[in-house]
Amino acid sequence: MNVSLPTQQRRDPTRGDAPVLELRDAAVRVGGRTLWSGVDLAIGPGEFTAVLGPNGVGKSTLLKAVLGLQSLASGEIRVLGAPPGQAGRAVGYLPQRRSFDPSLRIRGRDIVGLGLDGDRWGVPLPVPARFSARRRAAQRRIAEVIELVGASAYADRPIGQCSGGEQQRLLIAQALCRRPDVLLLDEPLDSLDLPNQAAVARLIGRICCEECVSVVMVAHDVNPILSYLDRVVYLAEGGAATGTPREVITSETLTKLYGTPVEVLRTSDGRLVVVGGPEAPALHTDRHEDDRRAEAGHADDRAPEGSAHAAR
Amino acid sequence: MSWSSVGLAALDHPFFLHAVLAGGAIAVAAGLTGYFLVLRAQIFTGDALSHTAFTGALAALALGWDLRIGLFAATIGVALLLGVLGRRSRADDVTIGSAFSWILGLGVFFLTLYTTTRSTANGNAGVSVLFGSIFGLSASAAWTAVLIALVVCAAVLALARPLLFASLDEAVAAARGLPVRLLGLAFLALVGACAAEATQAVGSLLLLGLLAAPAGAAQRLTDSPYRALALSAVLALGEMWAGLALGYAVPSVPPSFGIMAAATVVYGLTFLPRPSGRRGRAVRALA
Repeated sequence: MNVSLPTQQRRDPTRGDAPVLELRDAAVRVGGRTLWSGVDLAIGPGEFTAVLGPNGVGKSTLLKAVLGLQSLASGEIRVLGAPPGQAGRAVGYLPQRRSFDPSLRIRGRDIVGLGLDGDRWGVPLPVPARFSARRRAAQRRIAEVIELVGASAYADRPIGQCSGGEQQRLLIAQALCRRPDVLLLDEPLDSLDLPNQAAVARLIGRICCEECVSVVMVAHDVNPILSYLDRVVYLAEGGAATGTPREVITSETLTKLYGTPVEVLRTSDGRLVVVGGPEAPALHTDRHEDDRRAEAGHADDRAPEGSAHAAR
Repeated sequence: MSWSSVGLAALDHPFFLHAVLAGGAIAVAAGLTGYFLVLRAQIFTGDALSHTAFTGALAALALGWDLRIGLFAATIGVALLLGVLGRRSRADDVTIGSAFSWILGLGVFFLTLYTTTRSTANGNAGVSVLFGSIFGLSASAAWTAVLIALVVCAAVLALARPLLFASLDEAVAAARGLPVRLLGLAFLALVGACAAEATQAVGSLLLLGLLAAPAGAAQRLTDSPYRALALSAVLALGEMWAGLALGYAVPSVPPSFGIMAAATVVYGLTFLPRPSGRRGRAVRALA
């Protein structure tokens, strides 16, 4: 396979400002149950989109559908004008993460490198880099993305010994290796402490602008990313609402979407608090998460909890 | 007489030459497959295979076939079976323990069948399958072992990078379009072949050591996956040859013991505090 590394000019000029990712009236059924339907979405180059909704509603499934790993019940998905699964290297993906085993003794740099050539057969030949232009180009690109996510200080440490936030940055670097046009992130802020959540959210927002990558991010809590968002997809059982955060995260829209009174409040520092449905999760989440939310001093956007939550 | 001339004289003995050639090739194959076995936390599969290797070999003998047919059929078959089952069913410890003991019991049954019904029965067959008989390899057996080991090595190297990707990050590798399922199965088939080979060298009871110890040591010595892979193969080769030399020099030491002793010592040494300063850097540069 060819690992040529084009510089900044990677977008097909004939496509102009056509949407990078398009969903038209998309619906997904799993096990006879419609997870969501009627999702209409067009994401332009360099836009930051969040996928929100209660647990078990099929947020991750939406990313899988975009990857072509989950087929649609109806509607259509186009990624860079092609059916899902055919965009290949133009789509970067970061699945929902369990952290690496602490005893795993492989450097972060090697993990990032797999994003570049992990699907090539064979082993890299032990040729010194100065004899191989491709090796040099690969090393340069790896160093570049590591620098981009600010991971240079710990990229040569075994990844098992890096903190959750450090691992997450390295994995984002891995997904960026091949200069994707679309980056799909599944709850990348999950299991990070608050300062790290803010830092990684800022990083993703910056990548969106500077690298002109369209990011679609499944999120639990909209607040850390709210100021960077261009677009929101709010999924509910059976339906969906899309638009700018200002349009979608409102009492009217969410009340209509969930069919139960939902109230969206805005705190003085601009955070959104969604209240409604069955009140605050008591037994749903693990203690750790509750602690985190308590520390943050805000309820998050998960309030429209139904029975769906228990499916987790 | 110097050590090198003793060594050269030893190679004049065909049995020793065969052991060095076959054992070396088997060790390299075991080092390469063992690395991924450790990385994928599938060492237990290796343990399962040591039970089935014994039973497979003795079943073939009892039926009057070549021992190696039973060996390869059993280990590759069970490796694939474990790969297919491993994902869907989470068998509990009791099930696994009983199943493997039953397989071993079946081996004892075949051993009795073999020694009581076959007139040409080799009374030591059971012991040599359990503990290996590398000094007893014929020229043709040695070359067959070398050939199969080289095929296993080539296959592991060809799969290495995607396998590394799939082992570390299965979901991302799958999203990239890699056939992660198939990769896992192909790898297990290679482990099966390697286990069958290693049974001939160190015996079914000890093959786990050859798969696990050099790979474990290599992973403790270096952070780079490809270096660890190469180091695992080099360590396995060195340990094999050291064990064979020990077995040759001290007739009362069986080669299997020598090989396992070398492997265990090297693995144990990796737990010593690393030397620091100039020498430490040299050691680390080697690793």
